[in-house]
Amino acid sequence: MRHLITGGSVLTGSGIEDLDVELIDGFVTRLETGIEPDGHQVIDASGSWVGPGFFDLHTHLREPGQEWKEDIASGMAAAIAGGFTAVVAMPNTDPVIDAGHLARQIARFAPIRVIPSGAISLGQQGSHLAHLDDLWAAGVRLFTDDGYTVADAGLLRRAMEYIAQLGGVVAQHAEDPGLCRNGHMHEGTVSSRLGITGLPSAGEEVIIARDLKLVELTGCRYHVQHASTAGTVELIRSAKRAGLPVTAEVTPHHLMLDHRQVESMDPVYKMYPPLRSPDDVDALRAGLVDGTIDAVGTDHAPHAAFEKDVTFEEAPRGVVGLETAASIVRAAVDLDQATFFERMAIAPAKVLGERSEPLAIGSSDVVVFDPEADWVFDRPRSKSANSPWLGQVLKGTVKQVFTRSGLVSAAEEGES
Amino acid sequence: MRDLLSVDDLDRAEIEDLLDLGDDFVEVLGRDVPKVPALRGKTIGLMFYEPSTRTRLSFDRAAKALSADVLTFTPGGSSVSKGESLKDTALTLQAMGPHLMVVRHKATGAPWRIRDWTGLPVVNAGDGAHQHPTQALLDLLTLRRHFGQVDGLRVAIVGDIRHSRVARSLAGSLQTMGASVTVVAPSTLLPIDTQSWGVASAAGIDEILGEVDVVYLLRIQTERGGGDVFPSVAEYVSRFGLTRDRADRLPDGAVVMHPGPMNRGVEIDPQVADGPRALVTHQVSNGIAVRMAVLFRLLTSEVPE
Repeated sequence: MRHLITGGSVLTGSGIEDLDVELIDGFVTRLETGIEPDGHQVIDASGSWVGPGFFDLHTHLREPGQEWKEDIASGMAAAIAGGFTAVVAMPNTDPVIDAGHLARQIARFAPIRVIPSGAISLGQQGSHLAHLDDLWAAGVRLFTDDGYTVADAGLLRRAMEYIAQLGGVVAQHAEDPGLCRNGHMHEGTVSSRLGITGLPSAGEEVIIARDLKLVELTGCRYHVQHASTAGTVELIRSAKRAGLPVTAEVTPHHLMLDHRQVESMDPVYKMYPPLRSPDDVDALRAGLVDGTIDAVGTDHAPHAAFEKDVTFEEAPRGVVGLETAASIVRAAVDLDQATFFERMAIAPAKVLGERSEPLAIGSSDVVVFDPEADWVFDRPRSKSANSPWLGQVLKGTVKQVFTRSGLVSAAEEGES
Repeated sequence: MRDLLSVDDLDRAEIEDLLDLGDDFVEVLGRDVPKVPALRGKTIGLMFYEPSTRTRLSFDRAAKALSADVLTFTPGGSSVSKGESLKDTALTLQAMGPHLMVVRHKATGAPWRIRDWTGLPVVNAGDGAHQHPTQALLDLLTLRRHFGQVDGLRVAIVGDIRHSRVARSLAGSLQTMGASVTVVAPSTLLPIDTQSWGVASAAGIDEILGEVDVVYLLRIQTERGGGDVFPSVAEYVSRFGLTRDRADRLPDGAVVMHPGPMNRGVEIDPQVADGPRALVTHQVSNGIAVRMAVLFRLLTSEVPE
């Protein structure tokens, strides 16, 4: 199948260029001006940004074990709708992905890539190392106990030493269990008024500060998952200045929303880390702009409607994010096209140790994103719809997604 | 007024109106036949998901004194122990036809959820550590009946402020009514952000004894995590307990209040609890009257007769 994307603003190794892009069977074959259509399916990308497909470092696909929330197929459909051509599946499934045979069951190569991550500790219990070599051999490059924090510094040190030798990256969900016990939302003026026990910002920051010392000790590559506080941004900034091998991600919802949303007591706003203060949101946005925060990670966390249809404190944590990520990031932070693709596509892949580049001859994984076009998020492809933006008009529309499987999605006619 | 979910939703005039009505019902409750037909034919659902004696009995008594019927739901031995969700329980009770629901639940916001699910008027009878508006109203009624007005009173709330829905409800409504509020507690039991409450704070009960009109004592809520935040009960009493000696140092005319249940010998000395300054039993009886006022306002303005 031959496609010709015309009129778009294309991110290449030389920067942003107005080029036509020819793809054959999903691979870029020409990057030129004025390519004449010759049996191509022509895609008018006027006004759109064309670049590498988005790459999500933080997706909960819920398979195996919680398929009523999501499964790999529905999660891939949601990812495609959001312009993602690769997602990293978190290991907190049932069973936990703590061994190679489990990781191999998660991995997918079409229509988009699903890249398993592996647990740091067996069963995410925080006491013994997971089967790290076995996971590595199964293609796992990012190790995390996401959903939980590796609280034992001794265990984390050993994991870092081991994983550094393999060449992988240790990713941390930072939530000090002592400081955050029984917490349901950001500790601050809103939690104080609602009488809901809070998770203080320090609960995240003390873990990251400690872990950065372990990075100094072990030399292991370290990735901060879903950074949520101004203090975390500052810790990462100074660690990078000191030359430590540290990267970080931020979620779209932490870039857009703050703890005042919880005044509604609506469980859709319950997630960990919690929505923080407006000052934290400002710091996260600045961090994403200046590159202190390398990447957007959605923390796509599906929960069934009945599970969220309870009180705030009883509700499970998490929001879905794959389908709305590009729109929300676009609305929250004013990024130019090159930086937008850097944070959404290129840097996240590099965290995994992949070679990742702007479009070139031979590239696969291409997304056409119209930064100005509106769409309505009213038909989630995910099995779950726990999103603050359900039913809303969002600016920034994913138009087409190409992978090695060819054209895997196109915004439907009349759905603008 | 369609619901009573948070006392912060009420302005001063609305509170005064409910207190005026409360005065009327205090008079009704003093009659030989303490009952009026105002809500005859109405049914009031009482959903009490947390252990409660005085509040549940008080609402029950208030409803019956207005000639309403009562549907009482408590989770012990109910379908909740069989795994039924709050939503399904609320919808089940709704199907039995109540005109209003009174809800107590351990989670913040539960009464709001039940209002949204059922569309019924809801009275919050206590949600988590968040709000307990009829407690605040009965305390305001008690203060107004005792002092003549609430405006200008100096109130110290002493004890587990952080975990207290009573403190949250009172701190706001007392200020709405023109009183000044000081919260007194170990820093581990003060609100995370006392400033945002608009109240003063003190680090020991001795600091406020000489300049208060009302000492409002709260129990340590060990069930909400309040037990692990001071070294020992004896040390708590040494700095925050209202002992007889301390009660003697209160200004003439100052009163002592407690929403119950009391832990005698901890936050309050037994003799002080039974002494002349204590308004505790007035609080209980005024609670019935003020809940009658709330039910009357919600159900008679909702359906014109």
